[in-house]
Amino acid sequence: MLLSVLISVGFLLGCGLFLAALLLLAEKKILNYGICRIQINAGRKELEVAGGSSLLTSLAEHNVFIPSACGGRGTCGYCKVTVHEGGGAIHPVEEPYLTPEEIAANVRLACQVKVRRDLDIAIPEELFSVSRYRARVEHKRPLTHDIVELRLKLLDPPALTFEAGQYVQLESAEYKGRESVMRGYSISSLPTETSHIELIIRLVPDGICSTWVFHHLKNHQEVNFSGPYGFFHLADTDAPIICIAGGSGMAPIWSIIRDMQARGITHRPTTYFFGALTQRDLFFLDEFKQIEKDAPWFKFVPALSQEPADSDWTGERGLITDVVNRHFPDASQHEAYLCGSPGMIDAAIAVLQNNGMPEHHIFYDKF
Amino acid sequence: MTPLADMSLLSSFLLIFVSAAFTDNILLARFLGMCSCLGVSKKVDTSIGLGTAVIFVTACTAALNYLVYRYLLVPLGLDYLRLITFIVVIAAFTQFVEMVIERVSEKLYNALGIFLPLITVNCAILGISLFMLNKPYSFLQAFSFGLGGGFGWFLAITLIGAIRERINEATLPRGLEGPGITLIIIGIMALGFIGFSGMIKI
Ligand SMILES: Cc1cc2nc3c(=O)[nH]c(=O)nc-3n(C[C@H](O)[C@H](O)[C@H](O)COP(=O)(O)OP(=O)(O)OC[C@H]3O[C@@H](n4cnc5c(N)ncnc54)[C@H](O)[C@@H]3O)c2cc1C
Ligand code: FES
Repeated sequence: MLLSVLISVGFLLGCGLFLAALLLLAEKKILNYGICRIQINAGRKELEVAGGSSLLTSLAEHNVFIPSACGGRGTCGYCKVTVHEGGGAIHPVEEPYLTPEEIAANVRLACQVKVRRDLDIAIPEELFSVSRYRARVEHKRPLTHDIVELRLKLLDPPALTFEAGQYVQLESAEYKGRESVMRGYSISSLPTETSHIELIIRLVPDGICSTWVFHHLKNHQEVNFSGPYGFFHLADTDAPIICIAGGSGMAPIWSIIRDMQARGITHRPTTYFFGALTQRDLFFLDEFKQIEKDAPWFKFVPALSQEPADSDWTGERGLITDVVNRHFPDASQHEAYLCGSPGMIDAAIAVLQNNGMPEHHIFYDKF
Repeated sequence: MTPLADMSLLSSFLLIFVSAAFTDNILLARFLGMCSCLGVSKKVDTSIGLGTAVIFVTACTAALNYLVYRYLLVPLGLDYLRLITFIVVIAAFTQFVEMVIERVSEKLYNALGIFLPLITVNCAILGISLFMLNKPYSFLQAFSFGLGGGFGWFLAITLIGAIRERINEATLPRGLEGPGITLIIIGIMALGFIGFSGMIKI
């Protein structure tokens, strides 16, 4: 009895080990592409990497960070780069994320392009200033029942240069069988403070990264993120400004408005519409009151869509888009900065364009 | 049971192939390999792609598993481990083939490569390796059983793909779209294939 158990266990073990060894050997022998050169932006940078991995990881190993939210599984469509030469045929996984124009322009998903030979690629120039940071949680404080503020002290490298409105990609650790992922979070602190960053994070029910931040991340714990990414920032014009945000969409606007204050930009009248469900979803009310007092050019308009009719709320009620529509029937001279869920942003863009705002005056980050 | 040894090599080879492909069609008579069939049979060309990969893998793994069974499992008295052993062998084999294809031809890899991981978990392949043990086959006969079984699956999914391509041009009642109508098609085709059964018994 014991013997037969031993024999069967031994057999399975041996069988598994033998096949695994065979596969490893085969991988070494068969999938050996040698050293490949990657030329970036027509010679701006040249890398020599061991072929065989994805372009995304090969670049990250050499400190060129392409945005990615799914960790390279081809499900987020963030990691777009232009591959002029050596990319091979387009992979079926990529197709849903690329428009016909992008396909014609050789845009690919970096995580699906395997480095098999020398490559000639182009990436946005800004990505050269992206690095990976190690940081420590200095505090995590609740702002509402489902939103926390995270303050991170940078350890290595010790400082981060960014523009108000940009975002970083936070890496979650593994927990309870859920994999490690990367998710974008806008920086809510000021660019002048380079030793720390702050993030405002909303709990997404069952979301991998936000649940990790809420229930697993502790004070003083170390985390990793990369950044800064994104083109969402104040345009250098004189147009008056309309900001529209909901929930955690507060983060970049909170940074942008205080940054305007700090830089002494006072000639651009700014109205900030903040949409929430009920009073318990509002935060930073006192802070904004103070800014309104100090800065006459600024107006804060919180609006609640599901506040009970008989409550003590005296501010705006209704969908944020309706409120904006009432305040700005003519928005043709303004610039708009929008942040929040894709649904809210699409609805807001429709209202603004309807009220005369040209498309190129509308800037947004869809969360 | 027909004494297989009596037949000439070629005719037993052919008979086994035909019976595995038609009378005992793995998809339509045994209803195995259904999940990848439902997923991939939307178009003829992807159906052909996956079907071809299945033919290749079933034939090779049937042969491999035959050898493993005959010369490892039986002598060691580990007959009862055949299920798990076959799974491991099939998984390793598809991985290996994926690597070779990737290296040899990028074109073929792009056409077939995405299907190989699907095949690793395709129960039709495991089914064929297991069913082949029910008969006293020789090595070559086992190989032709695998080849025939794979061809049967290829045939079935290609036909289903062709029918679905036509049906997709028509408007269907909401509840029947996708898997619903596909299962009905498969059911009707299975009825048709019953006509083959009883023609050959091997
Ligand atoms: C530029 C940018 C800036 C951003 N800034 C901020 C910010 O400042 N603050 C902020 O809070 N957020 C921000 N976001 C959103 C943020 O990146 C995340 O998308 C968000 O936190 C949810 O991530 P998650 O990992 O918690 O959820 P995910 O795990 O991505 O889940 C998202 C949804 O999918 C569902 N889901 C998860 N896994 C599965 C599955 N296997 N099958 C089916 N459904 C599933 C979940 O239930 C959830 O509803 C930003 C996004 C972008 C693009
Ligand atoms: S990293 Fe998500 S699609 Fe490439």
